[in-house]
Amino acid sequence: MTLQEIIAKLNLTVLTTPRDFSTVTPQGGYASDLLSCVMAGAQPDNVWVTLQAHMNVVAVAALREVAAVIITENAQPEPDVIAKANDQNVTLLSTSAPSYEVVGRLWEMGIR
Amino acid sequence: MFTYRAELHVHTVLSPCAGVEMIPPVIVDAALAKGINLIAITDHNSTANVGSVMEAAKGTGLSVLAGMELQTQEEVHLLCLFDGLEQAGAWQRSVDARMADLLNDEEHIGPQYIVDATGEFIRSEPRMLIANVDLSLEDAVAEVNALGGLVIPAHVERRAYGLLATLGFASPIFEALEISRHTTPASARKQYPQIASFPLIQSGDVHFPEEFLGAMEFEIEAATVAEIRKAIRGTDGRRMRILSLK
Repeated sequence: MTLQEIIAKLNLTVLTTPRDFSTVTPQGGYASDLLSCVMAGAQPDNVWVTLQAHMNVVAVAALREVAAVIITENAQPEPDVIAKANDQNVTLLSTSAPSYEVVGRLWEMGIR
Repeated sequence: MFTYRAELHVHTVLSPCAGVEMIPPVIVDAALAKGINLIAITDHNSTANVGSVMEAAKGTGLSVLAGMELQTQEEVHLLCLFDGLEQAGAWQRSVDARMADLLNDEEHIGPQYIVDATGEFIRSEPRMLIANVDLSLEDAVAEVNALGGLVIPAHVERRAYGLLATLGFASPIFEALEISRHTTPASARKQYPQIASFPLIQSGDVHFPEEFLGAMEFEIEAATVAEIRKAIRGTDGRRMRILSLK
């Protein structure tokens, strides 16, 4: 499943500059709000689900080379966070749904 | 009694998020230029550059406390302050034994340089310093206190690594809390009513020379942790206040 399909099915808002998400195929996912866990546990091309929206999220996402970050519960990154994400080629997506629901739906969609 | 203008949260080039200009002589000059005569060096999970800053400050009138900004199990940042290198060294050994087995990534996280008193490069710290140390808040406070140090949770109101955003409450084990430069004592207390009873300090969380804030004024007998603790408690005539810099 491509990131394009995930964005459509979960009705995610694209916060960073849109690119061709049909060429991005996430491999599994990781859910945590503790950056240290993500640094140790997230794999490249994972989708990372978190309700954190601060600057350090971008650094960790770039470090782990995740396919995208899904920011839940309507947490809003500041404009400088989004600018940094664009600079680092990190895709930030947003939803009002809680992490529990997002992870459940990703799992159902076969992102495992 | 002496009046100290203090900045108790200062990073050096050892912290990957700090500017490369944060070498000992620049730190000393920048602090003095702001009228600050007491600083604590608080790099992430390491005290390795403290001695070099102390040496650079010799004879300048700037007092330097040995500190560390510890990242706990709970992903909370704590300022751990000590009088000197002996206590800080004992604390470092305890932290080293519980540090995560991760290597730093200079490209994404930033370089971690250990330098001498002039700022000359000695070596890079290979371990990832911005990582959780396997110590709980309670254990950290107990160990630091046993060494004669003082723990103050850092930038408690911040979303990233702040005590309140991470845990939601402030335990009475803490004697004081630090607020960041991005707020004021009044607005921090309004945002988080649970900190009403805690003494507050404010720091610049200095990562670049221009970030020295010097918001704290201490009336104490000497630049020691014991005297700062008295000022926090307001005992024996020692006092502290946050200067309004706006």
